Amino acid sequence: MNTAERKNLMSEVGNFVRFIISELKPKGKILTPFNVITGAIILAGGVLIVIRFVKGLGATTNLSQDFPWGIWIGFDVMGGVAIAAGGYVIPFMVYILGLEKYHPIVRPAVLTGFLGYCFYGGALLLDLGRPWHVINPLIGNSFGLSSVLFLIAWHFFLYTICEFVEFSPAITEWLGWKRIRQIVGGLTVGAVIFGITLSTLHQSALGALFLMAPTKVHPLWYTNLPVLFFVSSIFGGLSMVIVESSISHKVFQVDPEHHASFDDIVVGLGKAAAGTLFLYFTLKIISIAHGNHWHLLNTSMGHWYLVELIGFVVIPCLLFTYGVRTRNVKLIQTVAFFTVVGVLLNRLNVSIIAFKWDAANRYVPSWMEIVITLAVICAEMWAFRWVVNRMPVLTEHKGWEEEDNVVQMKKEVA
Amino acid sequence: MRRRDFLKTAAISGGALLTGGLASAGTLKSAQDVFNEMASVLVDTTRCIGCRSCEEACAEAHGLPVPDIDDESVFERHRKTDPNHWTVVNRYETEKGTVYAKKQCMHCNQPACASACLVKAMYKTPEGPVIWRGNKCMGCRYCMISCPFDIPKFEYDSPNPRIRKCIMCYERLEKGEQPACVEACPEEAIVFGKRGELLEEAKRRIYNNPDKYVHHVYGEHEVGGTGWLYLAAVPFEQLGFPTNVGTRPYPELTKEFLYGVSLVLLIWPAFLLGISHARREEVKKEEVKKAK
Ligand code: SF4
Ligand code: SF4
Repeated sequence: MNTAERKNLMSEVGNFVRFIISELKPKGKILTPFNVITGAIILAGGVLIVIRFVKGLGATTNLSQDFPWGIWIGFDVMGGVAIAAGGYVIPFMVYILGLEKYHPIVRPAVLTGFLGYCFYGGALLLDLGRPWHVINPLIGNSFGLSSVLFLIAWHFFLYTICEFVEFSPAITEWLGWKRIRQIVGGLTVGAVIFGITLSTLHQSALGALFLMAPTKVHPLWYTNLPVLFFVSSIFGGLSMVIVESSISHKVFQVDPEHHASFDDIVVGLGKAAAGTLFLYFTLKIISIAHGNHWHLLNTSMGHWYLVELIGFVVIPCLLFTYGVRTRNVKLIQTVAFFTVVGVLLNRLNVSIIAFKWDAANRYVPSWMEIVITLAVICAEMWAFRWVVNRMPVLTEHKGWEEEDNVVQMKKEVA
Repeated sequence: MRRRDFLKTAAISGGALLTGGLASAGTLKSAQDVFNEMASVLVDTTRCIGCRSCEEACAEAHGLPVPDIDDESVFERHRKTDPNHWTVVNRYETEKGTVYAKKQCMHCNQPACASACLVKAMYKTPEGPVIWRGNKCMGCRYCMISCPFDIPKFEYDSPNPRIRKCIMCYERLEKGEQPACVEACPEEAIVFGKRGELLEEAKRRIYNNPDKYVHHVYGEHEVGGTGWLYLAAVPFEQLGFPTNVGTRPYPELTKEFLYGVSLVLLIWPAFLLGISHARREEVKKEEVKKAK
């Protein structure tokens, strides 16, 4: 390397570092109510996390020998992963089914998925008693191959990489790395296919975890767990995409063309959600019939089951259908919100509420568990905002397309 | 094309990686013989006098706080094991009067805890005892979710928490000694031996005293058989034993799912690729039509 080259390189690196530093600074007003409130929660959560690691799980959580898993698993991981499912559902619709209409929401959906796994999967570290061994399932000589959790560990790891690859075009555009953009762009379809496969498996695997507790999970929820978890992740993910995009469209800058197609997209997603909700409902009924659990419906747990099934499956399904018929975007967005709540409730039911439903000492989360959970959610929103304000997520990256088209044409000619 | 090859290899190796260990779990031809050779303990609750010597011996053997065994008040409630008490003797009022029953890890033949553990920290030793290995455990507590007897216990108050439970005095067995509790029992209510022999002994006792015992050895078939076997004069639910755990080994509960996983890993990518190709052709045709 001669001096000129070296100088060149140095200045490149310098520019890069300067760019990153300037991007790290917050954009927009700092002291907004949103920032103040979420900032306070994150700060409080941070302090509590320190206490958790210094004093152990007992000091911060209400976990017990009878209830080893609380909301950090039941809500953050189980629920968070389910509603992050948009990260595979939308790419499936666009890259596999070729439904180009949904292209504008691929990136936000993948970003939501990616951050969801980073933060809610990351919340798992808080819950692990011995997190310094978290790498053991990946390296090491002690693969617990018969464990569903082993599969989940691997899948979380691989899937997060897939989501990163799928999102990386946006990162390279932001950094202006054109050559790398082309390379990672070429990986997209592979990553999508691998990602969908992994998602199918670990979404259902989260349900399969509880197959090991046949005497502890209430029979109404126990039957057919893996399939039900998978199907509910689909409408959970779809609904979350609707909710997230309707918020994004109010809060962030969006391309005008996107605005135009936005209603169409929401209606389409609502239709897909209605369809999968109906499928889910059918599966639920089959599961009750399969286990012949009709008589259990008329117990107090059965009533609670019906609240979940009717209030958060049947009614959303009908309202989605109605909203799609009448093209009522507002209605669809509202129903999507309740569907998300319903999926979260289902995960809580399986992992906490219907888990040892007849135990004398029930688990109720401590305020510290709740604050830390909120802090994780707030931190994720900050990360989302940071990315969206910098990278071409809701907006199209301008400038490269024409050249790209030329390249594309050349390729096709050749 | 290259991509497809990559996916294929990934799927195959992934399938093997994620599910390959399964085959070895339940398909051993002479599994029963293997289990029969394993270290095992027989508890005859008709002999137990509730002296709690076993609790004391256990605590001493493992450096746990030694309980005051003259304190009768502990019998007022049905205790569970905890990180500092790996075995407890409980008192039950039954149709045939007061009965004492010692509880601890059952050392299952095919333990739920070990099959659930993603790092093999919970481990069924070839000798029989199910032990916990701290250098592997990440503290996920899935073993606690899975154990049908709620035995693994977690040190919630420690920043460096361990899973604690009876390990059948594994170190003592390695030295050729008996479990501490067995040695301490003044009534020979607990005896140590090979599982096959103890099973025979249990059946002999039932056969010789058909009126004294219920005709059931708890642990012979429960959850696919356990290393600890129990005899009793009254039905076992009266002694606080779960009777809804079935006879199917727990690892089998997720076996089908894990088989399904390797299938999906093989089929899904090809299937998705196929759809996406077909759809792309369709879209192209539509575009051509439109152009015309
Ligand atoms: S009783 Fe529970 S902890 Fe003991 S070996 Fe069986 S599954 Fe494992
Ligand atoms: S807590 Fe430890 S021993 Fe139990 S399943 Fe998790 S890693 Fe295995």
